[in-house]
Amino acid sequence: MPEPSNPIDPDQAISAGGGFGGAMDLAASDATSLEKAPGHGQEPGGPTAKPRSLWSDAWRDLRRNPIFIISALIILFLVFISLWPGVIATQDPLQANLAKSQQGPQPGHPFGYDEQGRDVYTRVVYGARASVTVGVCATAGVVLVGSVLGGLAGFFGGWWDAVLSRISDIFFGIPVILGGLVFLSVVTNSTVWPVVGFMVLLGWPQIARIARGAVITAKQNDYVQSARALGAGNSRILLRHITPNAVAPVIVVGTIALGTYISLEATLSYLGVGLKPPTVSWGIDISDASDQIRNAPHMLLWPAGALSITVLAFIMLGDAVRDALDPKLR
Amino acid sequence: MATSLEPTSESPAPESGAAGGGPLLDVRDLHVEFRTREGIAKAVNGVTYSVDAGETLAVLGESGSGKSVTAQAIMGILDSPPGFVTGGQVVFQGRDLLTLGGEERRKVRGARMAMVFQDALSALNPVLSVGEQLGEMYRVHRGMSRKDSKAKAIELMERVRIPAARERVGDYPHQFSGGMRQRVMIAMAIALEPELIIADEPTTALDVTVQAQVMDLLAELRREYDMGLILITHDLGVVADVADKIAVMYAGRIVETSPVHDIYRKPAHPYTKGLLDSIPRLDQKGRELYAIKGLPPNLLNIPPGCAFNPRCPMAQDVCRTEVPALAGVGAERSSACHFWKETLGE
Repeated sequence: MPEPSNPIDPDQAISAGGGFGGAMDLAASDATSLEKAPGHGQEPGGPTAKPRSLWSDAWRDLRRNPIFIISALIILFLVFISLWPGVIATQDPLQANLAKSQQGPQPGHPFGYDEQGRDVYTRVVYGARASVTVGVCATAGVVLVGSVLGGLAGFFGGWWDAVLSRISDIFFGIPVILGGLVFLSVVTNSTVWPVVGFMVLLGWPQIARIARGAVITAKQNDYVQSARALGAGNSRILLRHITPNAVAPVIVVGTIALGTYISLEATLSYLGVGLKPPTVSWGIDISDASDQIRNAPHMLLWPAGALSITVLAFIMLGDAVRDALDPKLR
Repeated sequence: MATSLEPTSESPAPESGAAGGGPLLDVRDLHVEFRTREGIAKAVNGVTYSVDAGETLAVLGESGSGKSVTAQAIMGILDSPPGFVTGGQVVFQGRDLLTLGGEERRKVRGARMAMVFQDALSALNPVLSVGEQLGEMYRVHRGMSRKDSKAKAIELMERVRIPAARERVGDYPHQFSGGMRQRVMIAMAIALEPELIIADEPTTALDVTVQAQVMDLLAELRREYDMGLILITHDLGVVADVADKIAVMYAGRIVETSPVHDIYRKPAHPYTKGLLDSIPRLDQKGRELYAIKGLPPNLLNIPPGCAFNPRCPMAQDVCRTEVPALAGVGAERSSACHFWKETLGE
C-alpha cells in the first residue's frame, strides 16, 4: 500500500488521488489504480473505461500465466488448422494408395501411410476440424442449455427447481459410453451434429448444477436485495446483478469440459458410434490403427498424440482460466 | 403466496395523496413468519409504528428481534418463501402496500421509499462501477440515457460529498473506503428523492469516527428533502443525536415507544432499562458491566406471556401467562409491560 495513513479516514484516503481510496484494495488491484489514475479523468466512460473489473484482473493474471500462453497458442493453432487445413496440408485426406499401405515416413509424407494408404500427416491435420468442431459446439450447447435452465432454477427456486433437479439427476444417471452406444448406434448421419446433440443431451446437467449453485450463491448477496429494494425487477436483477457474478464458475467448468468432450468424441468414434467415415476424425484413425499397433505404430501414435495434445491444451486452458477467475476452486 | 399477502381486515385508509392527513408510513399490527423445516419462526408479531415526513424513528433491538424483517416487509423484499407476511397493514402515503401487485410495489421501491444497507461493500455489486450502479437508478425508473444518467451519478456523488466525484465515478466499490462506500449507498437511496428511507444499521460496519459523519450526512439529507427516516440499529449511542422517537423491539414485538430523550432518562420497560444499563459509562469505570442475563428467545418457540419474562428481573406470575399490550404510559409514550409504573418509578 502506498499510503500508511489511517485507512478509515475517508477524506484523507480520497484526497490522495483518483485511485487510492479503498484501503482494503488487494495489492494487485492497487497497482492498476496507480497506472490508471492519471488519464482517468478524460476517459469518456463506456466499456473501454473499465480499468479494474473482475475481468480485467483475470485477464492480467492470464497474460502472465505461462500455462495459459502455451495452451492458448496450441488452441489458436488448432483452430487455425481446423478452419484452413489446406494451408499446411496440401494433400487429400481421403485419397488412398493401397500400394503404400502401412508404409512408414518418407519424404513428403513425414508421418507415413495408414492401412488404406492415406497420408497420416494430412489426416491428422484434417482430423483437428472434427475434434474442435465437436468440442466447441458441444460446449457451447451445454453451456447455453445448462446455464439457462440451471440459472432459472436457482433464481426462481420452488417447483421449477425441484423438477429440473430431478430431470438432471436422471440424465446424470445415464452412463455416457453406454448411452452413446445405445443412442448413436441408430444414427446413420455421418456429420458431427448427432454427436454434438448427444453430448449436449447428457452434458447439460453438469453445467446446470454449477449455474444453479452459482446463481443461488449470487442471489443471496446483499447487493441483490439492495437492487430489489431500489426497485429493480426480476429480469434486471437476473441479467445485470446475478449473471455477471455467477458466470465465472460456468466458464471455468465449460473450458475444462471442452477437453473432455473432444476426448469423448474420440472415444465414441473409436467405438464406431461417433463420427463415421468419410468424416476425418482422430478417433476413427486410432480405431483403425489399433489392430496394427505392432506392425505400424506410426498409424496410431500420430493421431493419438494429436488428440492428447489437444485435450491437454484445453484442460490446461481451463485450469488457467479457473485460477484467474475463481481462485477458490483451486 | 398471494393469499398470505392479503390483509386481515379491509383497508380503512381513504385514498389520500402524499400530503394526506395520516402519517407518511403507518405500520399496523404487522405479522411476519418464516416457514422453515424446523417449524414456523414468528419473526414479527404485531408491530405497530408510524413515521411522519421529516421525522426520524429509531428502531432498536438485538439481533433477531425482528427489526430488519419488519423493514424488509415494509419494503416488500422479504425472501418468500420462507418469509410470509401473515397479517397487518403497511399504509404508505395513504395506500396499503400489502394490497398492491408486484409491479406496482416495485415502482414504489427506490422511487418513493429506499433502503440503506448495513454493509455497503456487500450491498454494492462488485462487478459494476459505482457510477453505473448510481446511474441505474435513473435508467430503471426514469428511462434516462446512459450519458445523462452518468452526469446524474456524478451530481449524486457530489451531493453526498464524495471528493473527486468526476474522477471516481468509474471506480468499483472495492476501491472506496468503508465510509465512502456507505456514502455511495446513501446516494443510491436518495437518488430519486424518496419520501422515506429505511437505514438498516447504516453505521455498524464503520469505524467510530466515520459513523458520526455518515449519521450527520443522513440527518442532513433528511432535513434537506423532508424525508421520513427509519433508522434500524442496536446501538443506543448512535440514535441519541439524530432520532426523534424510538421504538424498542424484542422477539418481534414493540416493547416500548418514546420520544428520544425521555427514554434515556426514564425507560418504561425493563428490557429498555437493561439495554441502557449495559452501555459502558465513564463514571462506572472499574465496576463490572451490567448485562441482561439469558439469551434472546428462540423464535420457533417464544415463551408464553411476555417474551422477555425469562430474562426480566421484575417478572411475576402474570408475566408468564399474559402478553402485556402496548399501552400509553404518558405523553407520546407507550410500554408493553405489566409493571411499567414500577419500572418508571424506580
